[in-house]
Amino acid sequence: MDYRLPKQDINTEPFMRQSPRYNRKDVFMRTDKAYKCEITNIVELTPTEKLFHLKILSDQERRIFEFRPGQFVMLEVPGFGEVPISLSSSSNNSEYVELCVRKSGRTTNMLHRAKTGAKLGIRGPFGTSFPMEKMAGHNILLVAGGLGLAPLRAPINWVSEYRDEYKDVHILYGTKDPDQMLFTYQYEEWQKVDHIKLLTIVEKANKDWNGRTGMITDLFKDIDIKPDDTFAIVCGPPVMFKFVCDHLDGLGIPMNRMFVSLERRMHCGMGKCCRCMVGSTFTCVDGPVFDYWSVLNLKEAI
Amino acid sequence: MIHKVITKNEFKKFVDGLIEENQTFGPKQVDKRADGSGIYQFKEVNSYDDMDLDYTVTYSSVKNFFLPFREELSSFDFSDKGWDQTVEYRVNPRVIIGVRPCDINALNILDKILIGGAYPSPYYMARRTNTFLVGMDHEPLDDCFCESLGHDTVHRGFNLFCTDIGDKYYLTISSSKAFGFLKNVKVADPVNGDSVKFHERRKYLRDSFKTKVEVAGLPSVLDIEFKSPVWKKWGDKCLNCGTCAMVCPTCYCYGIEETIDVNLKSSRKERVQYSCNLVDFAEVAGGHNFRPLKEDRLKYRFYHHYRGFAQNADDPICVGCNRCGRACLARINPKDVISDLQMED
Repeated sequence: MDYRLPKQDINTEPFMRQSPRYNRKDVFMRTDKAYKCEITNIVELTPTEKLFHLKILSDQERRIFEFRPGQFVMLEVPGFGEVPISLSSSSNNSEYVELCVRKSGRTTNMLHRAKTGAKLGIRGPFGTSFPMEKMAGHNILLVAGGLGLAPLRAPINWVSEYRDEYKDVHILYGTKDPDQMLFTYQYEEWQKVDHIKLLTIVEKANKDWNGRTGMITDLFKDIDIKPDDTFAIVCGPPVMFKFVCDHLDGLGIPMNRMFVSLERRMHCGMGKCCRCMVGSTFTCVDGPVFDYWSVLNLKEAI
Repeated sequence: MIHKVITKNEFKKFVDGLIEENQTFGPKQVDKRADGSGIYQFKEVNSYDDMDLDYTVTYSSVKNFFLPFREELSSFDFSDKGWDQTVEYRVNPRVIIGVRPCDINALNILDKILIGGAYPSPYYMARRTNTFLVGMDHEPLDDCFCESLGHDTVHRGFNLFCTDIGDKYYLTISSSKAFGFLKNVKVADPVNGDSVKFHERRKYLRDSFKTKVEVAGLPSVLDIEFKSPVWKKWGDKCLNCGTCAMVCPTCYCYGIEETIDVNLKSSRKERVQYSCNLVDFAEVAGGHNFRPLKEDRLKYRFYHHYRGFAQNADDPICVGCNRCGRACLARINPKDVISDLQMED
């Protein structure tokens, strides 16, 4: 009598019930395998934030790795943990990715102790992205608060690379105090080379600060927004984007032309662990980029 | 699907054959409640007589075989040059006997999420494809409400399903493996009398549900009652222990834990079942908690279960087994919360 079950090794079996769509990489089965990469450069932006340049070591994996502005990766620090970090480099940079990381927990604290040459892992890219092509031919308003400039730097890079496709571009950036300003070394380049108008504001000035003081919404008084011809991208803490988006809504920018990037603590990035759930939506699969209309429809988002 | 009938004697021979050749799990009584009723769990069994096939439902669901509480996703080996990651998800074939229809339906829902989603999970799939499921119908407990959710019967997701028709089992065969194994024993094509008994059994089971929960239109009710005081009332009772998620056949949320081994030469990355009722479920770096209150977390669990997520086409993922209601230390059960929400008193 034969009752023995055959061992089915799914590595050798077709993965999916439906045939895979070869033009979409993300439908393929993902294990926990990370792309191994090396820290090639570390830029200290502020005492708590560092910018890491990571180069994927395998040539083939580096070719496969493509992303769009707004997407994120799961950054693996072996032995310590995995954290979701938004990509802040240009999506056309196939040599290395740049990740801006704030020191705030176990994994990121350990990461801040890493030196050039250390090996890390990344999985991804995951999530939705800003519809940069759809914005072509329009004015663009980029609003960031605090660490929100990190995810916003990817669309800024995109805009500077395809500058001729866009009309007026404004960056409004606000932080708590002047020391927390990120990427200060690039401000001149953005303004002089890319002709992006950059306005900054801080909540609490110190003695070296001679710019503006106040809330980020104060900056809207200084610029002229054409509501019917403007797309807005807003990144920052929930309180901030609520105020900003409500203000922009009041000016008459349609809600589906305002994009925000939500942040949650993902554990998988693949819509399985449910840790990043907002209402009944996965931030990792359906987000992190949402238009403001969708955000308003999400329960408990703001 | 092919239907056959088998006498209970032959069925015993069939099961003993399966047990002899494969690692087999079946329901076993592990303890007794104060009122004398048994507490059952799926345990490894060595013979047909080891099992208590007339069990009611197991305390934990069969989910734990597919989503173990703790599962290694990958491991890292450290050396002077750096590290190497190893991913291992092969599992040995096994047999589970006596799985209830609601549990099989729960696995079908998990299939939809973990295999049918944007990123299929190979870990889950390896376990699912290497498990031979023998289902069995049962008389519902007083507080089961799977019939309200349409999960009292099942027609896919198993290898073999047995319906008790007196001295015989009416078999539903839905895999070639099961069909092949059944060649070893005597099975017969169902005659008219068997089919009559089958329908009678179905009708009898359907009529024996004592608890009914109105779930039609529940998604919109949940949306409307998002700020209802009912959540505070039940949230205040909740102890945030997470037991409901551990016994639930469809709860699949998890967390990742990484631990470095004591020799500092390797580390393991593990998936650990988590519960949305645990206080740090929605906590992010820097300490902000998106669901700081008990009622928020309890509401979220009901939201997930009855409102559903896009991955599951917005269908409820609850199968109505009421395991959470039975296990809850604070006596919160879904029927009471839902009828409270629908303002039925």
